This record gives sequence, C-alpha cells and structure tokens, in this order.
Amino acid sequence: MRGTMRILALLLLGLLAACHRETRETDASVPFSQSGLATTTTVIAGGAASSRPDPRIERFEKSAWHVSEGQRLYTQFNCVECHAHGGGGIGVPLIDDQWIYGSSSPQIVATLIQGRPNGMPSYRRLLTEEQMWQLAAYVRSMAGQVPKDVPPSRGDTAANTPPLTLEEARPQHDSNLDAGSR
Amino acid sequence: MTRVDGPDFSGDALHAALAKTWSDAPGFWGWLATVDHKRVGRRYIVTAFVFLGLGGVLALLMRLQLARPESGLISADRYNQIFSMHGTTMMFLFAVPVMEAFAVYLIPLMMGTRQIAFPRLNAFSYWIYLFGGVFLWIAFLLNIGPEAGWFAYVPLAGPEYSPGKRTDVWAQLITFTEVAALAGAVELITTILKQRAPGMSLNRMPLFAWSILVTSFMIVFAMPAVMLASSFLISDRLVGTQFYNPTEGGDALLWQHLFWFFGHPEVYIIFIPAVGFVSQITETFSQRQVFGYPLMVMAVVSIGLLAFGLWVHHMFATGLPRIGYSFYTAASMMIALPGGVQIFCWTATIWSGRPRWETPLWWVVAFIVTFVIGGLSGVMVASVPLDLQLHDSYFVVAHFHYVLIGGAVFPLLGAVTYWFPKFSGRLMAEPLGRWNVLFSFLTFHLTFFPMHLTGLLGMPRRVYTYPHGLGWDSLNLVSSIGAFLFAASVLLFFGNMVWSLSRGRAAGANPWNAASLEWKMPSPPPCYNFDHIPVVESRTPLWDDDRPVIPGLQTDKRELLVTTAIDAHSDLRDASAPPNAWPFFAAIATTIAFLGSIFTPWAVIWGALLMAVPLIFWFWPHDPLEPKPEQGDE
Amino acid sequence: MSPIQSALHPAGAHAAATATLFQIFLGVTGFFFLLVLLFLGWAILRRDRGTASDKRLRLTVAAWAMLITVGLFGLTLASYATDRSLFFAGHDQKPLRLKVTAQQWWWEVRYNGATPAQTITTANEIHLPLGRPAQIELEADDVIHSLWIPNLVGKEDLIPGRTTDLQLLPRQVGRFRAQCAEFCGLQHAHMALDVVVDTPEQFAAWEARSLQPAPAPRSEAQKRGHAIVTGMHCSGCHAITGTDAFGTVGPDLTRVASRATLAAGELPNARAWLTRWIADPQAIKPGNRMPRIPLTPAQRSDVVAYLETLK
Repeated sequence: MRGTMRILALLLLGLLAACHRETRETDASVPFSQSGLATTTTVIAGGAASSRPDPRIERFEKSAWHVSEGQRLYTQFNCVECHAHGGGGIGVPLIDDQWIYGSSSPQIVATLIQGRPNGMPSYRRLLTEEQMWQLAAYVRSMAGQVPKDVPPSRGDTAANTPPLTLEEARPQHDSNLDAGSR
Repeated sequence: MTRVDGPDFSGDALHAALAKTWSDAPGFWGWLATVDHKRVGRRYIVTAFVFLGLGGVLALLMRLQLARPESGLISADRYNQIFSMHGTTMMFLFAVPVMEAFAVYLIPLMMGTRQIAFPRLNAFSYWIYLFGGVFLWIAFLLNIGPEAGWFAYVPLAGPEYSPGKRTDVWAQLITFTEVAALAGAVELITTILKQRAPGMSLNRMPLFAWSILVTSFMIVFAMPAVMLASSFLISDRLVGTQFYNPTEGGDALLWQHLFWFFGHPEVYIIFIPAVGFVSQITETFSQRQVFGYPLMVMAVVSIGLLAFGLWVHHMFATGLPRIGYSFYTAASMMIALPGGVQIFCWTATIWSGRPRWETPLWWVVAFIVTFVIGGLSGVMVASVPLDLQLHDSYFVVAHFHYVLIGGAVFPLLGAVTYWFPKFSGRLMAEPLGRWNVLFSFLTFHLTFFPMHLTGLLGMPRRVYTYPHGLGWDSLNLVSSIGAFLFAASVLLFFGNMVWSLSRGRAAGANPWNAASLEWKMPSPPPCYNFDHIPVVESRTPLWDDDRPVIPGLQTDKRELLVTTAIDAHSDLRDASAPPNAWPFFAAIATTIAFLGSIFTPWAVIWGALLMAVPLIFWFWPHDPLEPKPEQGDE
Repeated sequence: MSPIQSALHPAGAHAAATATLFQIFLGVTGFFFLLVLLFLGWAILRRDRGTASDKRLRLTVAAWAMLITVGLFGLTLASYATDRSLFFAGHDQKPLRLKVTAQQWWWEVRYNGATPAQTITTANEIHLPLGRPAQIELEADDVIHSLWIPNLVGKEDLIPGRTTDLQLLPRQVGRFRAQCAEFCGLQHAHMALDVVVDTPEQFAAWEARSLQPAPAPRSEAQKRGHAIVTGMHCSGCHAITGTDAFGTVGPDLTRVASRATLAAGELPNARAWLTRWIADPQAIKPGNRMPRIPLTPAQRSDVVAYLETLK
C-alpha cells in the first residue's frame, strides 16, 4: 500500500511539473545585464559550462512557451539563413554536440550578445535578453538538450531537409581545430 | 435439466430463478464487474450530468468575464482554455454520451429484451468514457487543458502554435470518446436490429428506437473522420509528420474538411435522439400514436443522410469555389424540410389527441418554440452571403445554443422527467416541474436571444474581452444575468431530481399510461427486465387489450431471444455474457496506452501489448451456454 | 454616431445587399415561425377534442411541406441571386488592389505599386477611396485569421498556404472597425484594424503622403529618439522608410503617428498610451510579440517624441 502511495505521489509531482511546462509566461523579462554571462575571453573553445547553475536555465528550457517563442524568433531573425534548421550550412550545425563557444544556455546567450568571429553577428541590438534566452532554449532543443515533452515536434515552416540519398557525406574533422582556421 | 419460462413456470418462482441468473454479485466487486445495461446506463447518465454541471460552471465563468467590457477577471490564456473546455465538455462528454446513455438504458427495455447486445463492450465503453473525461478535467486543472477551441483548427492547434501538451490532451480525449461512442453505437444497432420482441417489425418500432438506430449509424460513419483527423494531428505534433503543414505539402483546410465531416453530423447525433424523446413524450401525453409515423421515420432517416452533405457550410469563409457553395447552401436549406414536417407532426399529434398537460409535455412545447427559432436562424446561416456576415459572430453562438439547448437539452429534461419514475420508481415533484419549465424557458431566451443582436452588431466569437463603446455592453450584461438565472433553473431541476429520488410520489409500472414496452415491468425494472418476452402486435403494445408473451428462454443462464432484422420473427436463442471485470481492466490498460502516447509514440507499441492482457482474459473461449456456477470466467 | 462595427449599419455595397437579404430572410422565417406558433397555440387551447380525422391532417401536412419547399426555394434563390450580384458588384471599374497579411495579432497592409518606391506598406489600417471597388488579397503568415469589416462586407478567412480575396465597394465615407473573426490564439480578442473610407481626393492625398519617406527628426529630443529607434532593438522588427530601421517582423512605423489606434486597434494613438505601450507591451496585450525593451523614462519620451513626427 505504501508503495502505491509513493508511486502516486511521484505521479502527482510529475503532473505538477507540467504546470511550469505549460504556463504561458508572457511577461518573462529578465534584467538586462551581462553579469554572470560568459564572455569570449572566459570561454575557451569547447570549454565547460559555468559551474554555477543559472535559475534562468530551468525557467526557459523547461517551458514549452519559451521554447516555442524561440522557434519563432529563430525563423523571424533568419537564423535559418546560416544554420538551416539545425543542420548548418554557411554557419555551424546546431544539432550536433560540437560546440565551439559552449552549448549551455548562458553561453549561447553570450554568443548572441557578443557575436563570434567568422560570421556570427551580434544580436545585442536586435533582441532583448529574454528573447535570447528563448532562442537559446530552442537551439538546445534542436540537439535534444531540453526535456522531451517541452519542444514542438516541428514548425509550420519548410523542413528544408533534402532526401538522405542526395546528401553528400561530410568529411569528418575536428571542429575545434577547424574553428581556428575559419 | 434446464428450465425454461412458460405457463407452468412464472410468477414468484420464475422471478427468483431469473433474479438469481441475472443479478450481479453483491458488494464492490459486483459493482465493478456489472454488465447490466441498466446499471451501466444509469452510471452513464449520472456521469454525463456531472459533466453538464462542470461545463455549465465554465459557461458561467465566461459570462462573468464578458459581463463588462475590458474585464480583467480572467486572463486571455485561462479564458481560451475555459471556452475550449466548455465546448469539448458539452459536445464530447455531455451531449453525445447522455443520448447514448439514455439509449443504453431504454432501448433493451423498449425492444423487449433482457440485455443489451455485447454487454461487456457496453461496460468497457462506459469506463473509457469516464476515464477520458476525468483525464481531460484533471489536465485542465493542471493547466494542460485544451486551448485551441473544441474545433482545434490547425495550424493553431499544430506543434508550432500550441506548444506543450495541451492540444495533445484534447486530441487524445477525442480518441477516448470515439472509442466509447463507437462501442455504444455498435451495441445499439445490434440490439435494435436483432433483439426486438417478436412481432415488432421495423414499422412497429417506437420512434425513439428509430432515432437511436439512425443516430448510431451516423456515429459509425461520422466518427472515423474525426478519428483520422485527430490521429493526423497527434502524429503532426508528436512525431513531426506534415499532414497539416502547408509549406511541406500538407493542408490546413484538410483538418476542417475532416473535422466538419464529423462535426456537422455530430449536432444531428445530438438532436435526433431528442427527436425520439419528443416523439415518445408526445405520444404518451396526447394518448394517441404520433401522427404520420412513416413521415417521422422518413424525416429522421433523411436528416441522417443529409447531415453528411452539408459540412462545408462551416467553411463558407475559406474561399472555396462559389459553385460548390451553392450545393451546400441547398443541402443545408433542405434539412429544414424534414425538420418542419416533424414539428408539424408533433403539433398535430397534440392538436388531435387528448393532451394531459404534465411536465414532460410542457418541455416539448418549450422545445418546439425554441428549436424552431434555432432552425430558422440555421436557415439564415445556410445562405452564403448571410453566413459571411454571421459566421463566427455571436449570432452563431445564439443559433447553436437554440438548437442544442432548445433542440436537445429541453427534450432531455423532459425525458428525465418522463422516465424518472422508470429509473427510480418515483415521480418528480410537481408543480415544481412545471414552474421549472417556465423558468428555464424564460431565462434561456433572456440569455441567448440578445446574442443574435450582439452578433449582428459585429461581436466575434471566442474573444476573451471586448472594447467599450461598440454597443455590445448592455446586451452582454443581459446575457450574463440570464446565464446565471438559467443556471439556477438547471440547478433547480437537479434539486428536484435529488429530492424526488427519496421523497417523490411512488410510481407504478406505468404511471403515464404509456404505450411502449419499457413501461411493462415494475419500476425500477428488475435485473432481468422481462419475466416473459412480450410479443408485439401493434405500434402501441401496451394500449392493446391482448398482451401475448413468448415463453421458452432458459432461466438458469443468461439467454436472449434473437429475431430477424426486418420482420422480427423469432430466430434463435443466444447467450448473453455474464458479469466480468475484465472490461474495466481493459479500459485501464487502454487509458494507460492513450495517455502514454501523448508523450511517446512507443506507447502505441507497449500499450498494445498491455491491452492484450485483459483482452485475452476477456475473450478467453468458453461455451457460453454452459451454466457457470460462479457466473464469472476469470 | 452610427455603430462603426455592425452588420446592421451597412456602408458598403456588399453589406447593404446582405442586410437587405437578411430582412428578406427575417420576414420569411418570421412568417413560418408565426404559423408554427399559431398551430401550437391552437393545439394547446383547442376545446372540441376528438372530432377531427387524420385525413384532414394528412392534407395539411402535404400543404405544409409544399409551403416549406416553396419558402426554402425562394430563399435559396434570393441567396444565390444576392451572391451573384455581389460577385459582379463594381466590375465595371478598375478595382483598387491591396494585400492584407495577417499575423498573430496584427495586420500588415500593402498597396503594391509598379515599383518598390510606389508601394505603400502600413499596418492595422486600411484606407479606401469612396465608390471605387477594392480587391483585397488575403494571406496569413502563421495561423488562420479572418478579416471581417461588418459595415462594408462579410468575412473571409486568411489561411496559411492559400491566397483568398475579398471584394468590397464602399458607399459611405467614414471610419469603421474591423476585427479578426477566426480564433487565432492568445490575443484573438485584440486583433482589430481601422478601415477608413476617404473621398477620392482625400485618398489621393493620403496615398501621396504615404509614398514619402519618413520626415527627418528636428528637435534634439526627436533626434535622440531617432537614434534609439534606429540603433536599438526597435529596428530589429520595425521598418521606417528612409531610415536604418528595416525590420520585417513587426508593423511598419513609417506613418505610425497618422494612425488612429495602436496595437491592432487596442489603444487610442495618444502620447500617454504610446508611452505606456512602449514601457510594457506585455502588460497591455499579454503574449503579443513585442518584448519589453529596456529603456529609461527619458529614452522613452525621446522615442515617443520621434514617433509622433511620423505622420
């Protein structure tokens, strides 16, 4: 009996977690500051994420609303142009696990704010920090880095994926070395 | 030695034998395992009325919000969930189930048989319906309630514009109700076609049976469309298919075609059983057969057919070819013809009969007045140019509440009053009932009549608030006040039911002197319904002087008489399944599979395996005509 | 003042014909309703019971069915005739062509000219010349919306992946309110637009004015505001012709001060409201796509000062 109760309690907790996932947090402004964000100098290529967990990570990455808003921004601010739908093109692919400037949300936000060499522009003038967090959460969802029940399965846009048979095999190389020479 | 009923075996001895065979085990297990169509039907009805209450509370919340312009009472997000839940609850958890519930209870009694066909499927259908409804409401309370309306148009309901699991919950609820409704429809069709009392040829069936037969066939043909639509939606949302994504070759309008191919018949699935209620009530209280029986049957059948030909009138604003629209205008207009003929026949029945003005007949009067208004505003929205102005405005809200409340809920409340003595053995309180009709009628019109005007003045539907100064303020306030009064009248009705359940005047077998077979046995009916299977020689068997029976069914096992489909000649004796809890467990397994598949497509695989276990036990082969001492086959 | 969002107060050829058709329907259906009521009343009050035979009723029901058929036939014909006549309304004139694109939760309006320089882009406001038919091409970017200008014409859906169109013929000068009629998400209730019917001269003047680039800022405050608008977040989404702001995500602001309302018909376009809107759009229209931009009050008043020059 106690066992069942425990399972029930767990289930209930799981359901309560749904509340956060579903909330349409329309007013999610975060203070506009760069404190605590990684910078180009603190993030070395492929470096580890900051050891201090940022509460905003959970807030944005576990919210279906924010991830979905990130998806919209991804299209509207034309990330597709370079990164395609995660597969990369002119820019680096986003669905793999090879990240030059770090793959945690704060690091992605830092990248968006500061821009990166070899073509990644700064979005400081275009996006608010809240929107960058939403974008970061969505970008991470493309690589399966957010809980599975949060991100949408697809957008209502062109999926833009050529058939596998037409895809050329990409030469395998170390992206870290590659990043330096690009 | 097997015993059969007959002249030498009747009365108390027969009653004892049949009661032993047909009753459920006492206690919780018997409650869980029962397959008695009356117990299941009663549960169905009570559950549906609970959902009516819940849906009504949501309606009041909306009216509270809309009472004033720019009201900040309910946020946009909450309001959208509330109206989506109101529609979903009322359509899928109240209106369709309550009609099937009445049929599940009444049809076997009316047909003169001891049990519904496929009784275990019937129990399964109820449990699935219950679990689906409870699931939806728990989800709503946890902020995962549907948010894209009861119609869930894509792309708004698609993966990009409805993030999270809210729309998946809605789509999966559809799956639950589909399963429950289809199961019910199959049982009812079989019961009506194969288990009628000998002699009750199709042209002697009560009109209620005709309407349920047509309704059930409509369910069988309409539900697969929405099943397809919601499965596409779920797979678009869960596994990234592109059925509704226009940029990848999908089509947003595909959803609307599929949904309304179901959705329009759906309103007739709700309305046609009400036609049956009205026919039975009118017949009984006018003390004559309904005038124009063949016309009534033809009307019901033609409504059932036409209902499938007019779904596009929900899509007049989508820019489809004009010439196609003319066809759907004509079809939509045409449905007013059988409707008008029915109205005439009922009124003519009252006119030419000797009416006794009991409460159910007053509900019929309230129905006729209200429904005719709804039908006529329906003629207006059938016209393309008019519909382009009226569509998605409050005019349409007024129209379909006239049709659904006036056309289905008023007859339903009449039906409750009418059959309450059969269900409970007691009559509902008077003259409270009559005042209740008047009160409901007036407050209903106070609520919904102004909405015609609000819509013509330009107020669109599904808005969580509206600006001040467009001339909508006072009309909305009137509607809101009316809504609360109308809710009070429904509450009064519920109060009357509860009070009468224990204190009502005792009713005999046939308190209204009705003509159909369900009034033959004592009230409430014994678990075996009929001690001897009646033989029917006219459309109004209980008004005949001669009431023959046909003996010969076994009494020590559950046995039914099967008759031929058209003429109802005695055909065979068939076994009826004893009580069994496996339908309940199968429903639990199904629920787990359905819930799981909101989160992972693999749930379809392991869910199927999980469901296989109770199904194997449920269908474990045995010889059903072999007497089982324990009446269980686990 | 007559209602500005009402199907009962037509100011266009289509709405007028529809209103007439509505009266015809109301008359015919009212007649049938009256017949039903009379018969029902007679059935309730009738005293001489048990005299009639069903034969008389059978004749009556046949007559009744005929009457319904005739009535329905007439109504169908009237409906069809109206539909046809509306389709050809104003076909003798060259229509004004414009395009409305709906997005969650605002409307982009574009008058296509021969060259990009002759193209007018605005938002949440349609200007139409009196007496000239207009053909509005309708598209949606995200979900299904529906454009409904009750005083002028019935509604038409805007469906992603499809192009639909709406024809209308304004017959009365004035300012009307249109609203999205298809549920389109969180802020469906706040998705309106203004429809202004101008005299042909007024329209020509408006057209000429709208083709000009935005005026340059004059005062210091305006200049500071201009710098913020074009240099900070605003320009990421909004466009102002003739400046560095050419975002395509939000409404075009080139003539924002000339519009009567803000935020898709939600707020009156006045200094106080504009300031509040910029300060916290999410408090006013929760869920809309405009984020809260971090600006100091002084910066905000500069921005407002600049935006107010965009007439």
